[in-house]
Amino acid sequence: MNGMRTLGAKPWIWSFAAAVIVWVTTVWFTGGSSAVGLSQATLTFAAFSIIVGVGQMFVITLGPGNIDLSVPATMTLSGTVALKVMDVQDSMILVGLLLAIFVGIAIGMGNYALIKLLRIPPIIATLSMSFIVQSFAIWTNRGLRIKPPEMLSSFATSYTFGIPNVALIALLISVLAWVLLEKSVYGRRISAIGQSSFAARMAGIPIDGTRFVTYVLCSVLAALCGYLLASFSGGAALNMGAEYLLMSIAVVVIGGTAVAGGNSNVPGIWGASLFMFLVVSMLNTYGFGAGVRLILTGLIIIAVILAAGGRKALR
Amino acid sequence: MKLSSGAIRLVIPAVSLAVLLAAVFYMQPRAMSYTGLNLLFNLAVPIALATIAQMLIMSVNDLDLSMGTFVSFTACVTATFLQTSPAIGILILAGAIAAYAALGVIIHIRQLPSIVVTLGMSFVWGGLAVLLLPSPGGAAPGWVRWIMTAKPPVVPMAIVASVIIAAITHFLVMRSSLGVLIRGVGGNQRSVERAGWSVVGLRAAAYAMAGFFAVLAGIALVGLTTSADANIALRYTLLSIAGVILGGGEFVGGRVSPIGAVIGALTLTLAGSFLSFMRISPDWQIGAQGAILIVVLALRLFLNRLEKREKNP
Amino acid sequence: MNESVPKPEVAAARGVKVAFGAVKALDGADLIIRQSECVGLVGHNGAGKSTIVNVINGGLSPHEGTISYGGVEAQGISTARAHGIRCVFQELSLCPNLTVAENARVMHSDLKGSGWRRRGLELVTQKLDDIFPGHAIDCESVVEDLSIAERQMVEIAISFAAVAEAPKLVILDEPTSSLDAGLAAQLMAYVRRFVGSGGSVLLISHILGEILSTSDRIVVMKDGKVVADRPASEFDTRRLVEAMGSVVRHQGWERAAKAHSGQPVLSVQLHPRSSHRLQAFGGEIVGLAGLGGHGQTEALLEIYLSANGNWWPTKEPKMAFVAGDRALNGAFPLWSILKNLSISSLKGLSKRKLIDPVREQEVSERWKKRIEIRTPDMHNPILSLSGGNQQKVLFARALATTSKIVLMDDPMRGVDIGTKQEVYEILRSEASAGRTFIWYSTEMDEIRLCDRVYVFRDGAIADELVGADITEANVLAASFAGGAAA
Repeated sequence: MNGMRTLGAKPWIWSFAAAVIVWVTTVWFTGGSSAVGLSQATLTFAAFSIIVGVGQMFVITLGPGNIDLSVPATMTLSGTVALKVMDVQDSMILVGLLLAIFVGIAIGMGNYALIKLLRIPPIIATLSMSFIVQSFAIWTNRGLRIKPPEMLSSFATSYTFGIPNVALIALLISVLAWVLLEKSVYGRRISAIGQSSFAARMAGIPIDGTRFVTYVLCSVLAALCGYLLASFSGGAALNMGAEYLLMSIAVVVIGGTAVAGGNSNVPGIWGASLFMFLVVSMLNTYGFGAGVRLILTGLIIIAVILAAGGRKALR
Repeated sequence: MKLSSGAIRLVIPAVSLAVLLAAVFYMQPRAMSYTGLNLLFNLAVPIALATIAQMLIMSVNDLDLSMGTFVSFTACVTATFLQTSPAIGILILAGAIAAYAALGVIIHIRQLPSIVVTLGMSFVWGGLAVLLLPSPGGAAPGWVRWIMTAKPPVVPMAIVASVIIAAITHFLVMRSSLGVLIRGVGGNQRSVERAGWSVVGLRAAAYAMAGFFAVLAGIALVGLTTSADANIALRYTLLSIAGVILGGGEFVGGRVSPIGAVIGALTLTLAGSFLSFMRISPDWQIGAQGAILIVVLALRLFLNRLEKREKNP
Repeated sequence: MNESVPKPEVAAARGVKVAFGAVKALDGADLIIRQSECVGLVGHNGAGKSTIVNVINGGLSPHEGTISYGGVEAQGISTARAHGIRCVFQELSLCPNLTVAENARVMHSDLKGSGWRRRGLELVTQKLDDIFPGHAIDCESVVEDLSIAERQMVEIAISFAAVAEAPKLVILDEPTSSLDAGLAAQLMAYVRRFVGSGGSVLLISHILGEILSTSDRIVVMKDGKVVADRPASEFDTRRLVEAMGSVVRHQGWERAAKAHSGQPVLSVQLHPRSSHRLQAFGGEIVGLAGLGGHGQTEALLEIYLSANGNWWPTKEPKMAFVAGDRALNGAFPLWSILKNLSISSLKGLSKRKLIDPVREQEVSERWKKRIEIRTPDMHNPILSLSGGNQQKVLFARALATTSKIVLMDDPMRGVDIGTKQEVYEILRSEASAGRTFIWYSTEMDEIRLCDRVYVFRDGAIADELVGADITEANVLAASFAGGAAA
């Protein structure tokens, strides 16, 4: 294998390097006392952006113009619906999970139906969809804030061998996504479509079928993330998905996935998610406020895209 | 009857607005008055300005995902510096417009996807806004407040302002040489280049103009709300895109219409009031807006098909 | 009109050489256009017509040779424009979202100041009335509302229009391709008037009648060189076709005329008004000939897209496609050679939707040997290969599938002769094994390798040639309409 030789050329290595540097700086600043706590918190919070990020990555891989803006609404709806159905009963945990996945499938199908039938760009199709989904969420969420079932909530907030359970789930999903992307026929297909959808069509790839599956996959992952996040934070809130709209796109971009499509990688999403959360913690440790944090986040995204250079891109 | 595609593009938004307005009057006859109209369209002015800004970006086939945070930022500047020390405030706002022009240059030269660059910028503007106003506050400068609450005779300010905005931007984008060239870049960049124009310059101009109108949107918003906070206009990113599309604009091809964009913004504002008059529970209001968006887009697809069939029988 | 003193030059290209990679697009061509003359430029595909046009209008700088305008050596688009050179391109170069007058504003930077809209409108309307009297174009409308013919008329009118300075040389590249016979005749009459008033025109057309009747002088190009440059009066249709054709080489392999029994494997009616169906029998090599851009690629796409579904992966793909324009619809630039080769046959190389890397490797090594892809490692990026070898990968991609029919979209464009011979050999053996090939080619040598040839003109099949009838003369005669546009 020529693993070592190509390691330096892997786009995801930079996000990991950055994450490690920030981790070391922060731990050093606190005199080493925060090493374990910081790592656990980082893994926990990064896990959620990893799960939605992976879904968004599949969509972005499809090439210019493909993006799913319905992610936050999907998270909120699946979280609220699942909690409502489970109604604090441990016996309903699985039903709630299945329902969340079903919500994801339905939204994904709706998204692609709009894209295909109304011939509107994905960005506006998923946006209109998210309005409707958001309303469903508000409607479902009426009344009291429902707590997650005891077992589920303790599972979501506890650790196995010192690693947060949600991070383990994110790891499992990432491994599956990696296999799908690198080893399966489907992975080859989305990459081909992202590089040139016309060439992909002429190579015999069923474009509509593949894109449809991808949008559904993205919504399902967002729904799953909503389910976990609601369980983790002790209830669903209407704005719980809000910050994940930009975050899901940002981790994909910083992780080294080409915005122009066709080239994506799963490890980068880990690096980028860890990095994004660590930057927040570091700036907090140094006593900077939310403002500086946001500005730096933005500048980092722009720096990354400038460094990665633009392949011929859409807009 | 033969209609140009530009006219058809305007008919649907205008009809949608008229139908909505009629429905509102039918349900709430009291709205058919000076104060009623003023209330209905009050928030339309900043949305219309932001929509115009988004439309300018879209006319060169780009998209601005930072519109909401940028308007929030300019609102924060208006409520703080522009009120306390106008000179510095104006300087900051001018700098923000220059930053927009620079973005246009960078996006063009490095061939970057505008979605990602503006996504990054949305964090930057958001951060700057938080730095300026960590908690809601500030105050509107007197003159801004005066303009936005002025009561012209017969027709309420919101409508007068919308008409003025539509007229000025129509002249700027549809009639002036610069507007023609900018739309030319969206329509066929190669031929504009071939004819010897600087496409970088044109894109920078489009971005700078967008920045200018977004600044006006922030100022107008503070004039209405009297104070600002860092998240005041986050919805504007999506609203402005939806407004352009509702107004008959398209994502690519330089097919935009300023009058349509203003109508689109009015429609979006009115849709909110309409839904509350309908006694649709607040739960469903956002959803109904989404549904209205989908219906209008479906209608447009249908009309486009009809038009095509007429052209090639 | 042979005067003793030659008229002054308007534009001249001398000894121009341009190469794209290994392909010599122009190999020392001379083209001189003098004041007050119309030069007709003809030649088969790839003869270098559009390249020399691009050199003269300043869009392309030659690797060797000189360009001069009005006797002064110069280069660049803006210089050419400043010297009054205007060009009407084959593809539409108006902005479809702008009105006619606004397009005039974009094209003419000297149309400025207040009232430019009105002046532009007057200018274009006048020119249109001048060139196409009786036209019904509404100049206030947006270009996308106009028909294709109207757009072409508008573009021609804008190019001939004079704002501050009148154009000196107007290059018309297939200007009548979407005009009907009446409009084409009006345009040609205007060209004569324009030339009569001191202007110059470089006219490119596949309608030889136009060229013969309108030009003062005809330049024939072949293989990047000018092979004939004589007054139009010395040509007629037959002599022009002869001058374009190749006189040397006539070998290639002689295929025994096969008697095909039974049903054709493919039979489609491409164009409602075409009298020929496109048919192919098992094991045949069917050629699609004619000038470039006359509907051959569209025909292949139509056949291919109607056979391959877009929602579900087909179990047994009926057809495979070999792209000619690698960058547009062929290679996946981010991938290795291996992935580019296997993409169309992954179905057979995978178990439970997961790709079997060992079998993928085997297949790629087999094709690497068979078609001789010159690379040390199939895992290298596709872009590390030369153009010819990239093309071989695309061939291997199609041939590695189980498809019985292979469509080829002029795949040998820009490929060196050695590679070509290797690929021909493989095509031959695959065909004798029962595969059917449908092959659009712009090269006569390749057309001669086919069992059956359909010649395309103006988007439809103009003629069908079989066996011994497949000769260059027959193909050329069918490609060029004798008189007015069909």
